[in-house]
Amino acid sequence: MTAIAITRMSDLFAVVMLSGIYSLLSASLFLDLDAVDVAFTEASVGAGISTLLFLATLKLVPRYEKKSRYKPTLALGVVIATGALLIYGTLDMPHFGEADAPVHQHVAPRYLNDSMNEVGIPNVVTSILASYRGYDTLGETLVIFTAGIGVLSLLMVSRRTKEKALQKVPADMQNQIILRVVAKMMLPLILIFALYVQFHGDYGPGGGFQAGVIFAAGIILYTMLFGLSLTQKVIKTEVVERLTAFGVLLYAGVGIACMLLGGNFLDYNVLRHDPVHGQHLGILLVELGVGITVAAVMITLFFKFTWRTVKHKYNQ
Amino acid sequence: MTAHFPILQVIIPLLAAPLCLFIRIPRIVGIFAILVSATAFLISCGLLQEVITGGTLSYQLGGWAAPWGIEYRIDKLNGYLLLLVSGVSTIVLVAAQTSISKELPENRHTFFYTAYLLCLTGLLGILATADAFNLFVFLEISALSSYTLIAIGTDRRALTASYQYLVMGTIGATFIIIGVGLMYMMTGTLNMYDLAERLPAVYESKTVLSAFGFFIVGVCLKLALFPLHLWLPNAYAYAPSITTAFLAATSTKVAVYVLIRYIFSIFGIEFVDMSLPLGDIFLFLGLTGIFVASVAAIYQLNIKRLFAYSSVAQIGYIILGLAIETELGLTATLLHLFNHALMKAAIFLAIGAVVYRIGSAQLSHYAGLGKKMPWTMAAIVAGGLSLIGVPLTVGFVSKWYLVVALLDKGWWPVAVLVLISSLIAVIYVWRVVEWIYLTPPRIITDEIKEAPMSQLIPIWILVLANIYFGVDTRLTVGVSKLAAQSLFGVN
Amino acid sequence: MNIIGLYNYWIVVVLMLIGFFIVIAHENLIKKLVGLSIFQTSVFFLYISMGKVAGATAPILDENYQLYSNPLPHVLILTAIVVGIATTAMGLALVVRIYEAYGSIEESDIQVQDNNDRLEDYLEAYGHKNDTHLFNQDKDE
Repeated sequence: MTAIAITRMSDLFAVVMLSGIYSLLSASLFLDLDAVDVAFTEASVGAGISTLLFLATLKLVPRYEKKSRYKPTLALGVVIATGALLIYGTLDMPHFGEADAPVHQHVAPRYLNDSMNEVGIPNVVTSILASYRGYDTLGETLVIFTAGIGVLSLLMVSRRTKEKALQKVPADMQNQIILRVVAKMMLPLILIFALYVQFHGDYGPGGGFQAGVIFAAGIILYTMLFGLSLTQKVIKTEVVERLTAFGVLLYAGVGIACMLLGGNFLDYNVLRHDPVHGQHLGILLVELGVGITVAAVMITLFFKFTWRTVKHKYNQ
Repeated sequence: MTAHFPILQVIIPLLAAPLCLFIRIPRIVGIFAILVSATAFLISCGLLQEVITGGTLSYQLGGWAAPWGIEYRIDKLNGYLLLLVSGVSTIVLVAAQTSISKELPENRHTFFYTAYLLCLTGLLGILATADAFNLFVFLEISALSSYTLIAIGTDRRALTASYQYLVMGTIGATFIIIGVGLMYMMTGTLNMYDLAERLPAVYESKTVLSAFGFFIVGVCLKLALFPLHLWLPNAYAYAPSITTAFLAATSTKVAVYVLIRYIFSIFGIEFVDMSLPLGDIFLFLGLTGIFVASVAAIYQLNIKRLFAYSSVAQIGYIILGLAIETELGLTATLLHLFNHALMKAAIFLAIGAVVYRIGSAQLSHYAGLGKKMPWTMAAIVAGGLSLIGVPLTVGFVSKWYLVVALLDKGWWPVAVLVLISSLIAVIYVWRVVEWIYLTPPRIITDEIKEAPMSQLIPIWILVLANIYFGVDTRLTVGVSKLAAQSLFGVN
Repeated sequence: MNIIGLYNYWIVVVLMLIGFFIVIAHENLIKKLVGLSIFQTSVFFLYISMGKVAGATAPILDENYQLYSNPLPHVLILTAIVVGIATTAMGLALVVRIYEAYGSIEESDIQVQDNNDRLEDYLEAYGHKNDTHLFNQDKDE
């Protein structure tokens, strides 16, 4: 399988491509297991963004792994011990797909049976994500934000370097006319699709996170074809950086608003007179917060990695 | 408003972190961060007060009742630790204002404070939550921000240290979610107290045992229990001094909290006893950890690394208290958590002050500094004495309780070993003293002055706390005892 | 039946072990991160598998279906995926910086350089600048 091939290869480019394929395969497997939202996310994140980031890094570091630097004995020992513990653990597990396993008996039934009355949206995953366990999702948004801060502080490029480098950088792929035309046509479609995913998350698979990633992917595509300088004219780095924070603030702000209106933190019921309407509004807003932060962080990540490449290429 | 205290505690730093990006002016961001942390500290004081007088507090996030929604639950144990974390964080932030101006380029200051507040949010979130998965999310927030805080410095070794920590930390976190997943599989719930109710029915299951195994290994990676400590010395040694002071005082302590919470509140001590010889394992690892790390500390040339190894050794003592599995032992563990945080915060802040003046953490550069920076050096020595466990310091109190607990259990050979290990601590602290006071200066020291007041004051607040809690033990011992009793009472 | 009922979990275990093996056995920093993400993905499978109910459909409520798979693990894994990408991004940024600082992304090369740094500290502290014996010894490690 793909995973095994990865261990043997020393061409990192191929490794990264294979891991992208692996993610895509995982996504289809998730689909088979009824996890549509997860499949969607894995496809856009694992196969999309993460592969992209790996490739951006590979542009900066050597492509080939040094051979024969294995130290497999100890590693094998640890791995086998872990495996043994896991297999041992599986022995008493409820069987795969069994309907009367404890997971399906406790807690989950309420989501399936009552969420329509309590939250009022058909996609149960979204109602748990944004309402029942909305606080986890706030945490998740914060994780993304944290990663954004981490990368920002690690891969800082000063404005002077940027300006100096910009003069020397030609827009990559200037000559690929067909690609550029196709991309120009696709870009609005991608962005519209992102918005669709953002606001349709209540009814079908999707939501703020996936939408953010798709939106970012659109911008990244544009950057790759038309060059950083042009994109930077449209989208200011400073604005994007502040947007990363804005999404988190929006999310937490909704929570605070609920508190001020007399509910608990993130209790959307109090936002409107009718609890279900309140839930709708709350979920809409927090999903928007997630979308904004995710898109902004992804774009920032890509910009930072690209700037680093630009700096290396043209500033020596 | 008081009803919202459990969540405000976490939410205030959470909101403040993104706000930092809007302020952007390093000096103001710094002061803002102090205010935020101080607010969190005041709230935690109120919380602890309320928990002691009124009993456990519960807060339902999103208004959803417990196993369906996420719950925050503050009892004596985490109330006590919330106070510790937010308090230490505030003091460290005061010293940070001047310290990072020397250690970091100015355009990184805002990011530093943002990451710091995120890390604080993560740690407080871990402490307050009663939901197993929510714990993982906040664990990752604190972990990712600590990787940033470590790597943000200018020493290139900080980068590799941070990478190492990232890999180890992620493996640890993944083990933890495997554990949580297996528990969820057998019980169908993620709420800690719901888990505690439902687990006894499936105690016999192999899956639960393996869940427990994964969980323990994962947490031990995070808390740097010997032999899983390899990431710690480098991370502490090459990170900016403020990061070291903050992380050394708080992050491993929070990991220990998670361990205690799972062993006592969720799985229950009976399960642990019948399933695994965990006490013996902890006893063995704790003792070897103490000796190996203490001896390693003796050979260090970098003073931060020296005290980082000493941290690994102190974790050994903390785990030893757990291994005893009695109320007294647990009290000793909780006491040492608190006391060690005070000692290490004081020592690392003092080292930070030296780095501020001479720009180095090499022990050899400390030669002759005893005369140049008397107050800072006295603080290091005071912290060192506390590490050894000299009477009138906090270190004495917790070692005393530990030895009493060991004797009470009848483990006198272990008690003797603990006393011997203190002698090793004497050696490494003596090495520091030797360089500071008895070696003629190597570098030109004419221009070196005493540390600025903005650093001396927080350092000495911590040193005085070290002495005060060493003499007046009512608060620390009282609360630790109450917390230990409640943990044993539950089961 | 006993074993067949668990096959899905065993696949998960195998994937997990491959990922874990890459993380600890390989020296290349990028490959370690790839391994780490395989390791994490396998945990996603563990969760999603336990949420599956045979013959059920995706948990989007509709009048035509009665039986749904358990949505809670899906939610948890959405969060976990996000955490995974955050970690990967952070790790890659570190790798870029490490390469800039050391000129290599192989763990052993970096260790050699770190050891040399430490050796210089040692020489500075004790002043045996000419003690080549010690120097060689450390380099061999």
